[in-house]
Amino acid sequence: MQQPTLQDAPGPTRDSDGAELIACPSCDAIYRVQVPPKGGKAVCARCKTVLIRPRRKAGLRIIALTLAITILVTAAVFFPFLEIHAAGMGNRTSLLDIATSFRSGILVLVSVSTVSMIVLIPLLRTALLLYVLVPVVFDRPPARHAREAFRLSQVIKPWAMTEIFAIGCAVALVKISDLARLDFGPAFWMFCLLVVIVVVNDAYMCTWSVWKSLEDRA
Amino acid sequence: MITARDAGLVACRSCASVWPQDQATCGRCGARLQSRDTGSLQRVWAWWAAGVICYIPANATPMLITRTLVTKQDNTIVGGAVEIAKHGDVLIALVVLVASVMIPVGKFLAIAYLALTLRRGTVQSAHGRQVLYEVVDFIGRWSMIDVFVVAILSALVQLSVVASIRPGPAALTFALSVIFTMLSAQSFDSRLIWDEAQLDGPDTPLPDLDTEPAAPRPDQPQGETS
Repeated sequence: MQQPTLQDAPGPTRDSDGAELIACPSCDAIYRVQVPPKGGKAVCARCKTVLIRPRRKAGLRIIALTLAITILVTAAVFFPFLEIHAAGMGNRTSLLDIATSFRSGILVLVSVSTVSMIVLIPLLRTALLLYVLVPVVFDRPPARHAREAFRLSQVIKPWAMTEIFAIGCAVALVKISDLARLDFGPAFWMFCLLVVIVVVNDAYMCTWSVWKSLEDRA
Repeated sequence: MITARDAGLVACRSCASVWPQDQATCGRCGARLQSRDTGSLQRVWAWWAAGVICYIPANATPMLITRTLVTKQDNTIVGGAVEIAKHGDVLIALVVLVASVMIPVGKFLAIAYLALTLRRGTVQSAHGRQVLYEVVDFIGRWSMIDVFVVAILSALVQLSVVASIRPGPAALTFALSVIFTMLSAQSFDSRLIWDEAQLDGPDTPLPDLDTEPAAPRPDQPQGETS
C-alpha cells in the first residue's frame, strides 16, 4: 500500500518515499516527477500533454527574446506601418492609427480591444516576464509578488494576438490591391520579425521549471 | 494511472503541483485549488450562448462600408469573401471564409458536443475529445483576423472622396462573439472529460513520469552540456 502521505510541513504533497509529485493539468493524472534531460520532454502518459520541457540556457534566451519583443512592439507603434497611393493621393498609417480606427460611437469598444490585443497586452506580458525571470536567471531571490506576476502573464497569454494581426495585414493587402497601390513601412517588417520571435520565445518557456525555480529560490 | 482526486489530493492547474484535498490555495503559485471546477459547465454554456447570440447580427449586418467616387458598398462577412473570390483571389477568400465562418461555427458545435457528451457519454475516446478541446482552445483566437483586417483597412483607406472605408456594426458583434467563445472554451474543465475513464485502484503505486530525451540534432555533438 503506497498511499501518498499528507504531511504537516509546508510545500507540495510528496509520495510516501519523498518523491515529488506532478499532476497533469488537463486530465488530473499524478506522477512522480522525473525531470527530462535538457532538450527532452516529459509527457502525461494518459492525455499526452507536455508537462515538463527544459531547454538549455532557456532563462537567458527568454530574457533576450522578451527584451527584443518589447523594443519591437514599442517601435512598431510609432513608425509608419503601411502606405497607400491612389489617384495622386496618399495615406500612411502607424499601428496607433490602426488601433484607434474605430471612432464612431459604440465601435470605440472594438478600438479599445484592438489596442489591447496588439499592443498593451503583449507589452504587459513582456514586462511581467522580465520582472519574474531576470532575478531568477541571475541567481537572486524572486522579486516581490513574482508569483502573482507570473500567474497573470499565463492568464493573459491567449489575449496577446500579435501573430494574428500580422496575418490580418496580409489579408488587408489583398483586399485593397485593386483599389490602391500599397507600400510597406519600416514597422511592417519589424512586425514580421516580431511574429517569429514571439513563436520561438513561447517554445523556450517551460512553466513547470519557472514555478520550480521560483519556489526553490524563495 | 491514478488521478489526484482518487488519491485524496488536489492538483493545481496553474503550476501542476499537488496538495492535500482540503487546501484552498496553491502553496507554490498562489492559484485557487479546486479538484473539479463545479461551475465549469454553467459558465461554458453562458459564454457559449452569448457567443452564438452575437454571431447572428455579426453575419446579418455590414462589416465593411466602402465608398469610392461612384459607388457605396456595404459588405457582410460572407459578402466580402465572395467579393474577393470574384477578383480571382480564391485562396484569400478561402482564408477569410475559414477564419470567420467555419472556425466560429465549428467552435460552437465542438463546445456544445464536448459539454453534452460529459453527461450523456459517447463512443468517442476521452483522448479524442481532449484533442478536440485543445484544437478548439488553440484555434479560437484566429477568428480575430477579420476584426483586425477591418481595423487596418479603415485606418489606411482614408483618401477623402476617392476612396474611404468605414467599419460597420458587425465589427463589434463579431469581435464580441469571438471573445465570448474564447471565454467559453477557457471555462471548460478538461479534467471532466477523463473522469469516467478506466482507472487503476487507489492502491497502485504511482507511476514515474515518462521522459523523452532530446531529438538528436545532426549539427550538434551529442552529450554536450551547458
